[in-house]
Amino acid sequence: MSEPGNQPIGRGGSVMRLRGLIRKEFLQIVRDPSSMAIAFLMPAILLFLFGYGVSLDAKHIPIALIVDDKSEIAENFASELGGSDYFRPQRFLNMAQAQQQMMQGKVQAIVRLREDFSRQIAEGSQAAVQVIVNGIDANYGRLVLGYIQGAWAKWLEHTAQMHGQAIAGPVNIEHRIWFNAEVQSRNYLVPGLIALIMTLIGALLTAMVMAREWERGTLEALLVTPARVGEVLVSKLAAYYLLGVGGMLLSVGMAVFLFGVPLRGSFAVLFAASSLFLLAALGMGLLISTVTRNQFVAGQTAIIVTYLPAFLLSGFIFDIASMPWLVRGITHVVAARYFVAILQTVFLAGDIWSVILPNAAALAAMAAILLFLVRVKSSKRLE
Amino acid sequence: MHIFLHNIRALVTKEFLAVLRDPKSRIVLIVPPIVQLLVFGYAITFDLNRVPLAVYDENPSQASRELIALFTGSPNFHKVASIDRQEQIAELIDRKDALMVVHIGSSFTRDLLLSKPASVQIILDGRNSNTALIALNYAQSIVSRFNDAWRQTHQLAGPPARLETRAWFNPNLESRWFMIPGIAGLLTLVVTMTVTALSVAREREQGTFDQLLMTPLRPVEILLGKTLPGFIIGLIEGTFIFAVTVLWFKIPLRGHLLTLYTGLSLFLLSSVGVGLMISSLSATMQQGLLGAFLFLVPAITLSGFTTPIVNMPVWLQYLTLLNPMRYFMVVIRSTFLEGAAFGSLVHQFWPMGVIGLVCMSAAGWLFRNRLY
Repeated sequence: MSEPGNQPIGRGGSVMRLRGLIRKEFLQIVRDPSSMAIAFLMPAILLFLFGYGVSLDAKHIPIALIVDDKSEIAENFASELGGSDYFRPQRFLNMAQAQQQMMQGKVQAIVRLREDFSRQIAEGSQAAVQVIVNGIDANYGRLVLGYIQGAWAKWLEHTAQMHGQAIAGPVNIEHRIWFNAEVQSRNYLVPGLIALIMTLIGALLTAMVMAREWERGTLEALLVTPARVGEVLVSKLAAYYLLGVGGMLLSVGMAVFLFGVPLRGSFAVLFAASSLFLLAALGMGLLISTVTRNQFVAGQTAIIVTYLPAFLLSGFIFDIASMPWLVRGITHVVAARYFVAILQTVFLAGDIWSVILPNAAALAAMAAILLFLVRVKSSKRLE
Repeated sequence: MHIFLHNIRALVTKEFLAVLRDPKSRIVLIVPPIVQLLVFGYAITFDLNRVPLAVYDENPSQASRELIALFTGSPNFHKVASIDRQEQIAELIDRKDALMVVHIGSSFTRDLLLSKPASVQIILDGRNSNTALIALNYAQSIVSRFNDAWRQTHQLAGPPARLETRAWFNPNLESRWFMIPGIAGLLTLVVTMTVTALSVAREREQGTFDQLLMTPLRPVEILLGKTLPGFIIGLIEGTFIFAVTVLWFKIPLRGHLLTLYTGLSLFLLSSVGVGLMISSLSATMQQGLLGAFLFLVPAITLSGFTTPIVNMPVWLQYLTLLNPMRYFMVVIRSTFLEGAAFGSLVHQFWPMGVIGLVCMSAAGWLFRNRLY
């Protein structure tokens, strides 16, 4: 930046005021432990939780196994389940015991081979393997069922091979999962989390800080000085933008270096998209504070209209296409939705412009509209 | 005793006025939780509908058409394109136009008619790998339906064994049944926490808390006066949310109301306790709210609300034991879906009570021994 002295006097004064205002914002952030906690501690906690803790991939699922048939073929099946990484089977002698374990949540499924299992196979009538899963957590139940089916298909294949027959089905699926071949949920949860973290800093923190200034009248006090409304807003934007960028760098760094999430696209695209999203989030935060002018209402509103939608309606965990049309309509005004699409693509698939450009355009439009509204609302409020 | 009740009543009235005097505050307490329950109730499900599907059939035949018809006829899939070149697969998936491509190779029909294993290639967009796995799961059940039909019409022997599957408590494995009771717990927690986290902090910031401490009110009375409003608001909010869960979303409430409300009361006790403790630690309202948030986010993540606790590493599973929401998730889900008996949930009840009492005592102590 050039020295203030080299500028025409009016501009120079403005640059100096702006610099002073930004400095004030920074001091305010740094001196309040709660804003530092939201800006840096919270992202780190979230990243650790999602990077190490939370996972939608199950392993070593406890299941109950009851084998009433003492034949070799039944034992083969049991060892197929035991040999799989997905299960930790426990043997039980009767159904009542196993059911009791499932009621207490100690096992997630019961697999039972009845006495006539091997006899039925020998007779050529299909033998039944009884499988009961705990359906309370439907997603998990479905996952467990899928793994049991997988183990069963493998067992069929092995038995068929032993008897020199062709494998089971007339049609078999050969599947390939692109962009995330190891199927690790961490690889999409951690990039999506960046949207959540930047929502926290951009919208929640900003809304609260500004609402406090309105509530306590310190904003009016600031405007008694030569600083203009636009300058005050720009200084807030600049300070929280930088804070948000800090949060982003921290998140991307941890994602790539600590959790080994691949970054297949370019960092420049990631940075540009994050900046657009951050502007939209800041616009949202400033708008909430200007409209509510009350910390309690601003905090509640920020959680409700920014944080929870970014968590639940952005495609971060739940698939948007599967939502009913009305809810899908609502997701179009959730800025995080566009950012999550970009994040998941840039991290896992690469710079695919046909995904990036439309989503970036939507973010830019939202940012422009929100910041315009903030500008209008702030000057009106002060008259 | 009379004076005690009188004091408490005066304090509770004052607290309610502080929260509800402002019309905007009244609105944020009442309208958003209802709207959110409705919106999130429909949004939060792991079940997939209308998965965008593209079909690449290299050698159309009777058999391949039958298989494709099973896909397009399923409500889970929605065909967006038919393609005829290999390169188009990448185009559709990259652009997110299709989540899944079903590729039927040129030898499919020949293999099938010769009773050789025929294969279908399924390509999925793994950018959200959970969604991809669920879609693959649907595809597998469609193919096994096709196999059964094919074996019947061609009199082929089936596999030597088959799976006879059944799901307890939620026969169709509907994700919504699991999620909506969870949202009820989540929204109750958010509202209660924000109300109580501000209660002491507001007075600290305005300087009226010291005045309160100088009145003849005993600390126990102040504590109760601060506890009851959050508790009552949470109770009303929770009741309303349960009503919507049962009446609107038709989630079965198989257990006893007494069990549900014991769980809710203890959960409210613990969340009000945590909220008050945070509030007593804060010097300003901003610190109170941000502190509440600092607790809420990990608490929601580690409650088993969206991701099962058993999937977490063991050390983290131990950490979840400190989280009141974890217990309430179990209580609410097993009361709704399993119809769990009161006695079977005792081990969920007492930790919430302990957390509540410990936090409240800490809050009461912090009233006088403040950190700032």
